[in-house]
Amino acid sequence: MSEFLNMGGYAAYVWPSYGLTLGVIVLNIVWARRLLAKSREDARRRIEMRGEQA
Amino acid sequence: MAWTWFHRLGSPPYIYGLAARLTPWFAWLAAVLIIGGLYGGLVLAPPDYQQGDDFRIIYVHAPSAWMSLMVYSTMAISAGVGLIWRIKIAHAVAASCAPIGASFTFAALVTGSLWGERMWGTYWEWDPRLTSELILLFLYLGYMGLRSAMDDMQRADRASAVLAVVGIVNVPIIHYSVLWWNSLHQAPSVMQLAKPTMPPSMLIPLLMMLFGFTVLFVALLLVRLRAEILNRERAASWIREAVTQ
Repeated sequence: MSEFLNMGGYAAYVWPSYGLTLGVIVLNIVWARRLLAKSREDARRRIEMRGEQA
Repeated sequence: MAWTWFHRLGSPPYIYGLAARLTPWFAWLAAVLIIGGLYGGLVLAPPDYQQGDDFRIIYVHAPSAWMSLMVYSTMAISAGVGLIWRIKIAHAVAASCAPIGASFTFAALVTGSLWGERMWGTYWEWDPRLTSELILLFLYLGYMGLRSAMDDMQRADRASAVLAVVGIVNVPIIHYSVLWWNSLHQAPSVMQLAKPTMPPSMLIPLLMMLFGFTVLFVALLLVRLRAEILNRERAASWIREAVTQ
């Protein structure tokens, strides 16, 4: 296991590369979901306001 | 009629529903491919005979770099379609691409820098491949900045589309930079199917990662596109109401 983590002496380069890329993937998923949730909430509020006016 | 499918593709409610139905399929396929690719790349693939375990950076670097170019091409083509045929949904696709592309361009630059430090002895060099990839990041950021600076959606769509279309000239420059100029960066090792330069144990995880990232892009794009449609349709109904009152 420690041999795997050591990456033949390149641990300081390999693991940050993987960490950053996976971080970018996770952030992209969180951003996209948040954006959709916010847009839905905005649209819903808009329709409600319109209903009160009518 | 055979043409109805084409018209439906321009209809926001149809696209919204279709995107919602398709997203889980692409998301799960991406998860399976990326997890499989990570296991193959980190555990099953043997160390490189020259670069040792450092070469494993390729499994995150190459897919990120592929995303940077593929997402930009998608963005520029959609923007061009939106400009020429005035299809709103095409502008919505282009706008959804930019943050995804920018983030993976950033990942490609940083992972490449980490790889370069060991192999070339420097984190950064003003090399043709590295410089043109950095320009790509600025193109994405410029596109996003231009959009956010304009309140009027139609003007933002058109102005940013011109930038995206003009900027596509950078895509072949990045791709061929390693062949046209003396670059530190190695020549392509995947895009030559006649004689791949890698054994299958190294190549298969890489192909899984490349395909997995592509499918992930589709899933992310579908979610962002739904948000874009909601924002744009909301404005459309608001205008309709204002006109009828």
